[in-house]
Amino acid sequence: MAHITVTVDGTSYNGEVEPRKLLVHWLREDIGRVGTVVGCDTSNCGACTVLLNGRSVKSCSVLAVQADGCEVTTIQGLSDGNEWHPVQTAFKECHGLQCGYCTPGMVMAAVDLLSENPTPSEREIREGLEGNLCRCTGYHNIVKSVSYAADLMSAGPTKGAK
Amino acid sequence: MIPVEFEYVKVTTIDQAIAALKSGGEDAKIISGGQSLLPVLRLRMAEPSVLVDCGGIDEMLGVRDDGGSITIGAATTHHGVMNNPLVQKHALLLAQATATVADPAIRHRGTTGGALAHADPAGDVPAAALALNASFVIAGPSGRRTVDAKDFFLDYFTTAVGPDEILVSFSIPKCDWGSHYSKFSRTAQAWAIVGVAAVVNVKGGVIKEARIGLTNMAPTAVRASTVEAALVGASSAADITAAAMHAADGTRATSDLHAKADYREHLARVITARAVRAAAGI
Repeated sequence: MAHITVTVDGTSYNGEVEPRKLLVHWLREDIGRVGTVVGCDTSNCGACTVLLNGRSVKSCSVLAVQADGCEVTTIQGLSDGNEWHPVQTAFKECHGLQCGYCTPGMVMAAVDLLSENPTPSEREIREGLEGNLCRCTGYHNIVKSVSYAADLMSAGPTKGAK
Repeated sequence: MIPVEFEYVKVTTIDQAIAALKSGGEDAKIISGGQSLLPVLRLRMAEPSVLVDCGGIDEMLGVRDDGGSITIGAATTHHGVMNNPLVQKHALLLAQATATVADPAIRHRGTTGGALAHADPAGDVPAAALALNASFVIAGPSGRRTVDAKDFFLDYFTTAVGPDEILVSFSIPKCDWGSHYSKFSRTAQAWAIVGVAAVVNVKGGVIKEARIGLTNMAPTAVRASTVEAALVGASSAADITAAAMHAADGTRATSDLHAKADYREHLARVITARAVRAAAGI
């Protein structure tokens, strides 16, 4: 077993983990962050996307021990408790989801994309989300949501009520 | 699926890494970003006894200017490589090829040196490393050695890096030629069915010299040397298309569920012409 300390959504967690434990399993099973889901378990679908030190990663493709000393943001850490993150608001307003299974990863990938490129074109949005699959194929509204989120974020700190 | 049990050792120096590999024996594996290794572990296609994590070795991180060349630490992420100003200025082809690897989340974690040492024949960066005449610094129990790109890629998933050795960095002679990486795949984040990495030296509208690397046309990335020779003196799209007809010469394309060998050969000819034209601006 290995001892790890990881800050998740602003709270520091300590724990003993088997080295083979995937970050997504640690998040879900050890500290209850079940908002982050396992989709394909093959690095393809991106449903398990979280931010690791501020950058999107597929948490099924990172060992929990490798996150030792790092900061993780999951879908459950985006809202400040009272107001949605603008990307969450945009997915709600533009109906950027159907069954919702890909949504946690899709939102986290979009947050990362917008942090690097605050005004993406439609093509840049599609390429920026190429690591995230929506089995409902609801891509058009997802792209609209990200575009709307970019507008919301450039307009200032106003966020939607939760 | 959950990987088999293994030990995990995080090292901070090359010497520690080599010692850990030695004590781990033949089933010890190096991990850094782990974006190729973790899928393999999840499928239990590999059962390492110990993983030696080299992602935190300072010497293996970042890009430096060495005068006539740039040196890229092997554990620098794809995202770090493709956005690095030195790479974009002096080895643009590498940035172009790296930008097509997998997807953004994989590129945040996966390392370019790891992809080179992994040597997947469908991987994008080996062809660029070949075309750019990269050289590789390999450390092992008996010290360090430098291997040229032409001697680095040996076979399917096999490079000059021995089981008790580690790739520390790779260097690329500064190259201001026109460049382009063209990748053919049918779906997002897919492996290349065929890829072509081209750098072309154009003077007065005439190609003086060209170097071309092919992805997924043999058990390793290969140079399209017949095309390179035929391109010298080319000055029109027709010249380039004619030279590119040799792109499959001497290759050993495989047939798999994505494409048959003869289709890959066709793609190599078409995509080589596209890549060279884009690189040359002709």
